[in-house]
Amino acid sequence: MSYRPIALLGIVLVAAGVTAFSVYKQMERQPTVTSRAASDRQFGGPFEMTDDQGHKVTQADLLGKPSVLYFGFTYCPDVCPTTLSELSSLIDKLGKDADKLNFVFVSVDPERDTPKHMHEYLSYFSHKIRGFTGTKEQVAAITKAYGIYYKKVPLENGTYTIDHTASVFLINQKGGFVATIDTQEDQKTALGKLKRLVAMAN
Amino acid sequence: MQIERYAAAVLVAVFMMLGPSLAGAHNYKAGDISIEHPWSRATPPGAFTAVGFLTLKNVGAETDYLLSAQSGIADHVEVHSMKMQDGVMKMRPVGPTGLPIPAGKSVKLAPGGFHMMFIGLKKTLQQGQTIPVTLQFKNAGPVMVDFVVEALGAKGPGGMKDMKMNHKSGQE
Repeated sequence: MSYRPIALLGIVLVAAGVTAFSVYKQMERQPTVTSRAASDRQFGGPFEMTDDQGHKVTQADLLGKPSVLYFGFTYCPDVCPTTLSELSSLIDKLGKDADKLNFVFVSVDPERDTPKHMHEYLSYFSHKIRGFTGTKEQVAAITKAYGIYYKKVPLENGTYTIDHTASVFLINQKGGFVATIDTQEDQKTALGKLKRLVAMAN
Repeated sequence: MQIERYAAAVLVAVFMMLGPSLAGAHNYKAGDISIEHPWSRATPPGAFTAVGFLTLKNVGAETDYLLSAQSGIADHVEVHSMKMQDGVMKMRPVGPTGLPIPAGKSVKLAPGGFHMMFIGLKKTLQQGQTIPVTLQFKNAGPVMVDFVVEALGAKGPGGMKDMKMNHKSGQE
């Protein structure tokens, strides 16, 4: 008689445990589902640009290997060189694994960023970062394909700056969106994201 | 006991004097405005722009304005606000009224926020160099300061940089 409440409590506890376990499993499964869905989401589209060596490049150059894409311009004083130097440091940390990824700096400043100028500028950073630039129309096309915002803004002395999307985009080898790295993110988180991208390449 | 306490005080004083110079800090004064560790970053070859950061402190009773700046290293120097909005980097000149420095307040020009932009750079800036710049304040007048060039990836003045950036020497 006096054991009955204890037995009842036991049943309730077991039931609660089973429920909790299945909820936990469900929660655990969730991120995998989300990330798979994310990878299937196509990011970008066809484009034609010129790389910093003067060669023609197309979307095919970003397929077959996962890619790390950053849009900016060489006349940018703060965010672009900082991002490129952080990316260079991350590439160093990846070591040999960095060869499994494409790293591309895409110019949103077709008027000033010639392939030669891009090449000279990028020589200061990791040599694994390629530069893509093009005509006004080509830059308009690639930014449209990748959903990049950019807008020329006049400065006080006749020159101009460019507002632009400043996230680093991670894309899988099939052109699917994986994730972004934001300018304020700490290096450890950013490196973790790049390592996951490397794992996708294997 | 007395001597020990005295010695400790002397040590503290020495460190307080050495501390700022060890950290690469250097300050200037113009009227009620103090200008704290102006610094810049090394630039990649062919760069047309460079950036400048500093802290301005107004100990006076009236708002002052950083109106303009000049330097022999660039055609123009402008003061800009910079912010990230929905992942988009936006930079704007503060305009002819200048950057206000309210009475009793500090205004920090730092990565990710306000900066001075050197436009039409005449030569590549290298780590360790100093760049003379004349700052023009509305009330405090002109003052010449030296910007210390830190590494390209530097997040702050002297000793606060966290990465080495020049890959050229290592890989070619």
